[in-house]
Amino acid sequence: MSVALALLRRDVARMLGSSRRGATLLPLLFFIAVAMLFPFAVGPAPELLARTGGGVIWVAALLAAILPLDRLLASDVEQGFFDQLALRGVAEELVVAVRLLAHWLSFGPPLMLATLPAAALLGLDRATLRTVELGLLAGTPGLAAVGLIIAALTVGMRGGAALSGLLLIPLAVPLLVFGAGALSTGGNAGIALTGAISLLLVAIAPFAGGMAIRAAREG
Amino acid sequence: MEPARLLATDLACRRGERLLFRGLSFELQPGEALQVVGPNGTGKSSLLRILAGLLRPLSGSVDRPADIALLDERLPLDGDLPLGRALAFWERIDGGGYGVGATARPGRGPKKDGPVRRHTSGQAGGAAPPLPGAGAAAVGVRDEPLNGLDGQAAADFQGHLAAYLAGGGMAVIASHQPFDVPALKRLVLADYAV
Repeated sequence: MSVALALLRRDVARMLGSSRRGATLLPLLFFIAVAMLFPFAVGPAPELLARTGGGVIWVAALLAAILPLDRLLASDVEQGFFDQLALRGVAEELVVAVRLLAHWLSFGPPLMLATLPAAALLGLDRATLRTVELGLLAGTPGLAAVGLIIAALTVGMRGGAALSGLLLIPLAVPLLVFGAGALSTGGNAGIALTGAISLLLVAIAPFAGGMAIRAAREG
Repeated sequence: MEPARLLATDLACRRGERLLFRGLSFELQPGEALQVVGPNGTGKSSLLRILAGLLRPLSGSVDRPADIALLDERLPLDGDLPLGRALAFWERIDGGGYGVGATARPGRGPKKDGPVRRHTSGQAGGAAPPLPGAGAAAVGVRDEPLNGLDGQAAADFQGHLAAYLAGGGMAVIASHQPFDVPALKRLVLADYAV
Protein backbone atom coordinates (compact mmCIF):
# COMPACT_ATOMS: atom_id res chain seq x y z
CA MET A 1 0.00 0.00 0.00
CA SER A 2 2.77 2.44 0.87
CA VAL A 3 4.36 1.58 -2.48
CA ALA A 4 1.14 2.47 -4.29
CA LEU A 5 0.92 5.76 -2.39
CA ALA A 6 4.54 6.62 -3.18
CA LEU A 7 3.91 5.85 -6.85
CA LEU A 8 0.73 7.91 -6.93
CA ARG A 9 2.45 10.81 -5.24
CA ARG A 10 5.24 10.77 -7.80
CA ASP A 11 2.91 10.37 -10.79
CA VAL A 12 0.58 13.18 -9.75
CA ALA A 13 3.51 15.45 -8.89
CA ARG A 14 5.05 14.68 -12.25
CA MET A 15 1.87 15.45 -14.17
CA LEU A 16 0.85 18.55 -12.24
CA GLY A 17 4.30 19.71 -11.09
CA SER A 18 5.59 23.11 -12.08
CA SER A 19 8.00 21.85 -14.71
CA ARG A 20 5.34 19.83 -16.51
CA ARG A 21 2.37 22.09 -16.06
CA GLY A 22 2.65 23.34 -19.62
CA ALA A 23 2.50 19.81 -20.99
CA THR A 24 -0.60 19.05 -18.91
CA LEU A 25 -2.31 22.31 -19.88
CA LEU A 26 -1.70 21.80 -23.58
CA PRO A 27 -4.53 19.28 -24.17
CA LEU A 28 -6.95 21.61 -22.36
CA LEU A 29 -5.96 24.61 -24.44
CA PHE A 30 -6.25 22.45 -27.54
CA PHE A 31 -9.72 21.38 -26.43
CA ILE A 32 -10.92 24.93 -25.84
CA ALA A 33 -9.32 26.09 -29.08
CA VAL A 34 -11.40 23.57 -31.06
CA ALA A 35 -14.59 24.80 -29.38
CA MET A 36 -13.57 28.36 -30.18
CA LEU A 37 -12.67 27.72 -33.81
CA PHE A 38 -15.73 25.65 -34.68
CA PRO A 39 -18.21 28.61 -34.76
CA PHE A 40 -15.79 30.51 -36.98
CA ALA A 41 -15.67 27.62 -39.40
CA VAL A 42 -19.39 26.72 -39.68
CA GLY A 43 -20.89 30.15 -39.02
CA PRO A 44 -22.57 31.56 -35.93
CA ALA A 45 -26.10 30.18 -36.53
CA PRO A 46 -27.26 29.35 -32.96
CA GLU A 47 -29.49 26.39 -33.85
CA LEU A 48 -26.69 24.76 -35.87
CA LEU A 49 -24.19 25.19 -33.04
CA ALA A 50 -26.64 23.94 -30.43
CA ARG A 51 -27.33 20.83 -32.51
CA THR A 52 -23.68 19.98 -33.33
CA GLY A 53 -21.88 21.50 -30.36
CA GLY A 54 -22.07 18.46 -28.07
CA GLY A 55 -20.55 16.24 -30.74
CA VAL A 56 -17.78 18.74 -31.35
CA ILE A 57 -16.89 18.69 -27.66
CA TRP A 58 -16.66 14.89 -27.79
CA VAL A 59 -14.40 14.92 -30.84
CA ALA A 60 -12.23 17.59 -29.25
CA ALA A 61 -11.97 15.53 -26.04
CA LEU A 62 -10.93 12.46 -28.02
CA LEU A 63 -8.25 14.36 -29.91
CA ALA A 64 -7.03 16.04 -26.73
CA ALA A 65 -6.59 12.58 -25.21
CA ILE A 66 -3.92 11.81 -27.84
CA LEU A 67 -1.59 14.62 -26.79
CA PRO A 68 -0.29 13.27 -23.45
CA LEU A 69 0.31 9.70 -24.68
CA ASP A 70 3.96 9.95 -25.73
CA ARG A 71 5.12 11.00 -22.26
CA LEU A 72 2.90 8.63 -20.35
CA LEU A 73 5.25 5.63 -20.06
CA ALA A 74 8.08 5.85 -22.57
CA SER A 75 10.51 7.98 -20.54
CA ASP A 76 10.06 5.82 -17.43
CA VAL A 77 10.76 2.63 -19.36
CA GLU A 78 13.85 4.18 -21.00
CA GLN A 79 15.18 5.40 -17.67
CA GLY A 80 14.77 2.01 -16.08
CA PHE A 81 12.03 2.92 -13.59
CA PHE A 82 10.08 -0.19 -14.39
CA ASP A 83 13.22 -2.35 -14.19
CA GLN A 84 14.10 -1.00 -10.75
CA LEU A 85 10.54 -1.48 -9.50
CA ALA A 86 10.48 -5.03 -10.91
CA LEU A 87 13.71 -5.81 -9.01
CA ARG A 88 11.96 -4.71 -5.84
CA GLY A 89 9.08 -7.07 -6.57
CA VAL A 90 6.60 -4.33 -7.47
CA ALA A 91 4.26 -5.71 -10.14
CA GLU A 92 4.00 -3.80 -13.41
CA GLU A 93 0.22 -4.12 -13.07
CA LEU A 94 0.26 -2.05 -9.89
CA VAL A 95 2.47 0.62 -11.45
CA VAL A 96 0.22 0.82 -14.50
CA ALA A 97 -2.97 0.92 -12.40
CA VAL A 98 -1.57 3.81 -10.36
CA ARG A 99 -0.45 5.53 -13.54
CA LEU A 100 -3.97 5.14 -14.95
CA LEU A 101 -5.45 6.87 -11.93
CA ALA A 102 -2.92 9.71 -12.11
CA HIS A 103 -3.40 10.07 -15.85
CA TRP A 104 -7.17 10.31 -15.46
CA LEU A 105 -6.83 12.83 -12.62
CA SER A 106 -4.63 15.06 -14.76
CA PHE A 107 -6.92 14.77 -17.77
CA GLY A 108 -10.57 13.85 -16.95
CA PRO A 109 -11.66 16.41 -14.35
CA PRO A 110 -9.75 19.29 -16.03
CA LEU A 111 -11.46 18.40 -19.32
CA MET A 112 -14.86 18.44 -17.62
CA LEU A 113 -14.06 21.88 -16.21
CA ALA A 114 -12.91 23.12 -19.60
CA THR A 115 -16.22 21.90 -21.03
CA LEU A 116 -17.98 24.75 -19.21
CA PRO A 117 -16.31 27.55 -21.23
CA ALA A 118 -16.41 25.37 -24.34
CA ALA A 119 -20.18 24.91 -23.95
CA ALA A 120 -20.60 28.65 -23.52
CA LEU A 121 -18.61 29.29 -26.70
CA LEU A 122 -20.84 26.87 -28.60
CA GLY A 123 -24.05 28.15 -27.02
CA LEU A 124 -25.17 24.78 -25.62
CA ASP A 125 -28.31 24.73 -23.50
CA ARG A 126 -28.37 23.45 -19.96
CA ALA A 127 -29.76 19.98 -20.73
CA THR A 128 -27.15 19.35 -23.45
CA LEU A 129 -24.36 20.53 -21.17
CA ARG A 130 -25.54 18.10 -18.50
CA THR A 131 -25.56 15.21 -20.96
CA VAL A 132 -22.09 16.11 -22.22
CA GLU A 133 -20.65 16.42 -18.72
CA LEU A 134 -22.14 13.11 -17.56
CA GLY A 135 -20.96 11.47 -20.76
CA LEU A 136 -17.43 12.78 -20.22
CA LEU A 137 -17.50 11.60 -16.61
CA ALA A 138 -18.41 8.13 -17.87
CA GLY A 139 -16.14 8.21 -20.91
CA THR A 140 -12.85 9.85 -19.86
CA PRO A 141 -11.71 6.91 -17.67
CA GLY A 142 -12.12 4.70 -20.74
CA LEU A 143 -10.22 7.19 -22.91
CA ALA A 144 -7.43 7.28 -20.31
CA ALA A 145 -7.34 3.46 -20.18
CA VAL A 146 -7.19 3.06 -23.98
CA GLY A 147 -4.46 5.69 -24.11
CA LEU A 148 -2.44 3.91 -21.44
CA ILE A 149 -2.74 0.51 -23.15
CA ILE A 150 -1.58 2.06 -26.42
CA ALA A 151 1.27 3.90 -24.70
CA ALA A 152 2.40 0.59 -23.17
CA LEU A 153 2.17 -1.28 -26.48
CA THR A 154 4.20 1.32 -28.37
CA VAL A 155 6.73 1.86 -25.60
CA GLY A 156 9.71 0.23 -27.27
CA MET A 157 8.99 1.52 -30.75
CA ARG A 158 10.66 4.30 -32.60
CA GLY A 159 8.02 6.72 -33.82
CA GLY A 160 5.61 5.28 -31.28
CA ALA A 161 4.13 8.71 -30.56
CA ALA A 162 2.75 9.14 -34.06
CA LEU A 163 1.48 5.57 -34.11
CA SER A 164 -0.29 5.87 -30.77
CA GLY A 165 -2.40 8.75 -32.05
CA LEU A 166 -3.53 6.70 -35.00
CA LEU A 167 -4.27 3.67 -32.80
CA LEU A 168 -6.32 5.61 -30.26
CA ILE A 169 -8.86 6.88 -32.76
CA PRO A 170 -10.41 3.55 -33.85
CA LEU A 171 -10.27 2.12 -30.32
CA ALA A 172 -12.07 5.16 -28.93
CA VAL A 173 -14.90 4.94 -31.46
CA PRO A 174 -17.25 2.92 -29.17
CA LEU A 175 -16.88 5.54 -26.44
CA LEU A 176 -17.60 8.29 -28.94
CA VAL A 177 -20.59 6.51 -30.47
CA PHE A 178 -22.34 5.95 -27.15
CA GLY A 179 -21.13 9.11 -25.42
CA ALA A 180 -22.04 11.49 -28.21
CA GLY A 181 -25.00 9.30 -29.13
CA ALA A 182 -26.56 10.06 -25.75
CA LEU A 183 -26.91 13.64 -27.01
CA SER A 184 -29.27 12.78 -29.86
CA THR A 185 -31.32 10.19 -28.00
CA GLY A 186 -31.45 12.41 -24.95
CA GLY A 187 -31.60 9.36 -22.69
CA ASN A 188 -29.29 8.02 -20.04
CA ALA A 189 -28.89 4.69 -21.81
CA GLY A 190 -26.01 6.01 -23.93
CA ILE A 191 -24.23 7.32 -20.85
CA ALA A 192 -24.71 3.99 -19.10
CA LEU A 193 -23.23 2.15 -22.07
CA THR A 194 -20.30 4.58 -22.18
CA GLY A 195 -19.71 3.89 -18.52
CA ALA A 196 -19.85 0.14 -19.11
CA ILE A 197 -17.23 0.32 -21.88
CA SER A 198 -15.10 2.56 -19.67
CA LEU A 199 -15.23 0.10 -16.79
CA LEU A 200 -14.25 -2.76 -19.06
CA LEU A 201 -11.29 -0.80 -20.44
CA VAL A 202 -10.20 0.33 -16.97
CA ALA A 203 -10.31 -3.29 -15.79
CA ILE A 204 -8.22 -4.52 -18.73
CA ALA A 205 -5.68 -1.69 -18.81
CA PRO A 206 -3.38 -2.65 -15.88
CA PHE A 207 -3.03 -6.25 -17.11
CA ALA A 208 -2.61 -5.37 -20.79
CA GLY A 209 -0.20 -2.56 -19.93
CA GLY A 210 1.83 -4.72 -17.55
CA MET A 211 2.16 -7.49 -20.12
CA ALA A 212 3.17 -5.01 -22.81
CA ILE A 213 5.89 -3.51 -20.61
CA ARG A 214 7.28 -6.94 -19.74
CA ALA A 215 7.26 -7.89 -23.42
CA ALA A 216 9.15 -4.69 -24.29
CA ARG A 217 11.82 -5.62 -21.72
CA GLU A 218 12.46 -8.97 -23.43
CA GLY A 219 12.57 -7.42 -26.89
CA MET B 1 16.72 -20.78 5.72
CA GLU B 2 18.78 -21.71 2.70
CA PRO B 3 22.14 -19.95 2.67
CA ALA B 4 22.25 -17.05 0.25
CA ARG B 5 24.26 -17.62 -2.90
CA LEU B 6 24.16 -16.76 -6.54
CA LEU B 7 24.31 -19.78 -8.76
CA ALA B 8 24.20 -19.63 -12.55
CA THR B 9 23.89 -22.94 -14.37
CA ASP B 10 24.60 -23.45 -18.06
CA LEU B 11 23.32 -20.05 -19.17
CA ALA B 12 22.85 -19.19 -22.82
CA CYS B 13 21.69 -15.87 -24.16
CA ARG B 14 20.38 -14.83 -27.54
CA ARG B 15 19.76 -11.26 -28.58
CA GLY B 16 17.99 -10.95 -31.90
CA GLU B 17 19.55 -13.44 -34.31
CA ARG B 18 22.85 -13.74 -32.43
CA LEU B 19 23.76 -16.31 -29.83
CA LEU B 20 25.93 -14.27 -27.47
CA PHE B 21 27.21 -16.95 -25.10
CA ARG B 22 26.37 -20.45 -23.94
CA GLY B 23 27.41 -22.95 -21.31
CA LEU B 24 28.10 -20.21 -18.75
CA SER B 25 28.11 -21.36 -15.13
CA PHE B 26 29.47 -19.88 -11.91
CA GLU B 27 28.76 -19.72 -8.22
CA LEU B 28 29.16 -16.81 -5.81
CA GLN B 29 29.21 -17.17 -2.03
CA PRO B 30 28.60 -14.30 0.41
CA GLY B 31 31.57 -11.94 0.46
CA GLU B 32 32.66 -12.78 -3.08
CA ALA B 33 32.62 -10.53 -6.10
CA LEU B 34 32.70 -11.40 -9.77
CA GLN B 35 34.02 -9.11 -12.46
CA VAL B 36 32.68 -9.83 -15.95
CA VAL B 37 35.07 -8.73 -18.67
CA GLY B 38 34.79 -8.84 -22.42
CA PRO B 39 34.70 -6.53 -25.41
CA ASN B 40 31.60 -4.44 -26.12
CA GLY B 41 28.75 -6.41 -27.64
CA THR B 42 29.68 -9.77 -26.10
CA GLY B 43 26.67 -9.72 -23.79
CA LYS B 44 27.92 -8.30 -20.48
CA SER B 45 24.83 -6.19 -19.94
CA SER B 46 22.55 -9.02 -21.05
CA LEU B 47 24.24 -11.36 -18.57
CA LEU B 48 23.70 -8.87 -15.75
CA ARG B 49 20.04 -8.47 -16.70
CA ILE B 50 19.64 -12.26 -16.74
CA LEU B 51 21.25 -12.53 -13.31
CA ALA B 52 18.93 -9.83 -11.98
CA GLY B 53 15.92 -11.66 -13.39
CA LEU B 54 14.89 -8.98 -15.88
CA LEU B 55 15.69 -11.08 -18.93
CA ARG B 56 14.95 -14.74 -19.52
CA PRO B 57 17.97 -16.76 -20.61
CA LEU B 58 17.62 -18.86 -23.76
CA SER B 59 18.51 -21.85 -21.60
CA GLY B 60 19.92 -22.52 -18.17
CA SER B 61 18.83 -21.18 -14.81
CA VAL B 62 19.81 -18.72 -12.12
CA ASP B 63 19.38 -19.42 -8.43
CA ARG B 64 19.37 -16.02 -6.75
CA PRO B 65 18.51 -14.60 -3.34
CA ALA B 66 15.26 -12.63 -3.15
CA ASP B 67 17.12 -9.35 -2.60
CA ILE B 68 18.95 -8.36 -5.71
CA ALA B 69 19.85 -4.90 -6.95
CA LEU B 70 20.90 -3.80 -10.42
CA LEU B 71 22.59 -0.55 -11.30
CA ASP B 72 23.24 0.28 -14.94
CA GLU B 73 23.97 3.44 -16.87
CA ARG B 74 20.38 4.58 -16.59
CA LEU B 75 19.60 6.44 -13.42
CA PRO B 76 15.90 6.18 -12.62
CA LEU B 77 15.73 9.73 -11.32
CA ASP B 78 13.30 12.42 -12.47
CA GLY B 79 15.44 14.86 -14.42
CA ASP B 80 13.31 17.86 -13.54
CA LEU B 81 13.51 17.40 -9.80
CA PRO B 82 16.29 18.34 -7.41
CA LEU B 83 18.45 15.31 -6.64
CA GLY B 84 17.26 15.08 -3.05
CA ARG B 85 13.60 14.95 -4.06
CA ALA B 86 14.24 12.53 -6.93
CA LEU B 87 15.97 10.20 -4.47
CA ALA B 88 13.19 10.70 -1.93
CA PHE B 89 10.86 8.69 -4.17
CA TRP B 90 13.15 5.66 -3.96
CA GLU B 91 13.62 6.22 -0.24
CA ARG B 92 9.84 5.95 0.17
CA ILE B 93 9.72 2.80 -2.00
CA ASP B 94 12.63 1.19 -0.16
CA GLY B 95 11.64 2.47 3.26
CA GLY B 96 15.06 3.87 4.09
CA GLY B 97 17.34 6.81 3.46
CA TYR B 98 20.24 6.82 1.03
CA GLY B 99 22.17 9.52 2.85
CA VAL B 100 23.02 11.65 -0.18
CA GLY B 101 24.47 14.27 2.11
CA ALA B 102 26.99 11.73 3.35
CA THR B 103 28.46 11.09 -0.08
CA ALA B 104 28.33 14.72 -1.18
CA ARG B 105 31.62 16.53 -0.82
CA PRO B 106 31.94 20.29 -0.98
CA GLY B 107 32.77 21.68 -4.39
CA ARG B 108 32.36 18.60 -6.50
CA GLY B 109 29.81 16.21 -5.07
CA PRO B 110 26.16 16.02 -6.02
CA LYS B 111 24.18 18.96 -4.74
CA LYS B 112 20.79 18.18 -3.33
CA ASP B 113 19.25 21.22 -4.99
CA GLY B 114 19.31 21.91 -8.70
CA PRO B 115 17.62 19.61 -11.21
CA VAL B 116 19.13 16.17 -11.78
CA ARG B 117 19.51 16.76 -15.52
CA ARG B 118 21.99 19.59 -14.90
CA HIS B 119 24.34 17.24 -13.06
CA THR B 120 27.18 15.71 -14.98
CA SER B 121 27.13 11.94 -15.23
CA GLY B 122 29.88 11.82 -12.62
CA GLN B 123 27.98 13.99 -10.16
CA ALA B 124 24.76 12.07 -10.60
CA GLY B 125 26.67 8.80 -10.56
CA GLY B 126 28.25 9.83 -7.29
CA ALA B 127 24.77 9.73 -5.84
CA ALA B 128 23.99 6.47 -7.56
CA PRO B 129 26.06 3.79 -5.83
CA PRO B 130 23.69 3.53 -2.89
CA LEU B 131 20.70 3.78 -5.21
CA PRO B 132 19.40 0.26 -5.69
CA GLY B 133 19.25 -0.37 -2.00
CA ALA B 134 22.68 -2.00 -2.02
CA GLY B 135 22.89 -1.78 1.75
CA ALA B 136 19.97 -4.16 2.11
CA ALA B 137 20.29 -6.31 -0.99
CA ALA B 138 22.17 -9.55 -0.86
CA VAL B 139 23.49 -9.21 -4.40
CA GLY B 140 24.50 -6.04 -6.18
CA VAL B 141 24.74 -6.29 -9.95
CA ARG B 142 26.50 -3.35 -11.58
CA ASP B 143 27.13 -2.33 -15.14
CA GLU B 144 30.21 -0.13 -15.63
CA PRO B 145 30.02 1.49 -12.19
CA LEU B 146 33.17 3.54 -12.65
CA ASN B 147 32.07 5.31 -15.83
CA GLY B 148 32.07 9.06 -15.38
CA LEU B 149 33.65 8.96 -11.92
CA ASP B 150 36.95 10.68 -11.21
CA GLY B 151 39.81 9.03 -9.34
CA GLN B 152 38.61 9.98 -5.88
CA ALA B 153 34.99 8.93 -6.51
CA ALA B 154 36.14 5.64 -8.06
CA ALA B 155 38.28 4.94 -5.00
CA ASP B 156 35.30 5.77 -2.77
CA PHE B 157 33.16 3.40 -4.76
CA GLN B 158 35.65 0.57 -4.35
CA GLY B 159 35.78 1.33 -0.65
CA HIS B 160 31.97 1.06 -0.43
CA LEU B 161 32.12 -2.17 -2.40
CA ALA B 162 34.77 -3.71 -0.16
CA ALA B 163 32.75 -2.80 2.94
CA TYR B 164 29.63 -4.24 1.37
CA LEU B 165 31.39 -7.52 0.56
CA ALA B 166 32.87 -7.67 4.05
CA GLY B 167 29.31 -7.45 5.33
CA GLY B 168 28.39 -10.67 3.53
CA GLY B 169 27.14 -9.14 0.29
CA MET B 170 27.81 -10.44 -3.19
CA ALA B 171 28.50 -8.37 -6.25
CA VAL B 172 28.68 -8.94 -9.98
CA ILE B 173 30.35 -6.14 -11.89
CA ALA B 174 30.78 -5.62 -15.59
CA SER B 175 33.63 -3.23 -16.19
CA HIS B 176 36.62 -2.69 -18.44
CA GLN B 177 38.50 -1.05 -15.61
CA PRO B 178 40.55 -3.00 -13.08
CA PHE B 179 39.05 -3.40 -9.63
CA ASP B 180 40.87 -3.64 -6.37
CA VAL B 181 38.64 -5.52 -3.95
CA PRO B 182 39.31 -8.73 -2.03
CA ALA B 183 37.86 -12.08 -3.19
CA LEU B 184 37.36 -10.89 -6.76
CA LYS B 185 36.76 -13.58 -9.35
CA ARG B 186 37.02 -12.88 -13.05
CA LEU B 187 34.74 -14.18 -15.75
CA VAL B 188 35.97 -13.72 -19.31
CA LEU B 189 32.88 -13.70 -21.46
CA ALA B 190 34.82 -14.46 -24.63
CA ASP B 191 35.45 -17.99 -23.24
CA TYR B 192 31.75 -18.74 -23.64
CA ALA B 193 31.23 -17.04 -26.99
CA VAL B 194 29.79 -19.15 -29.75
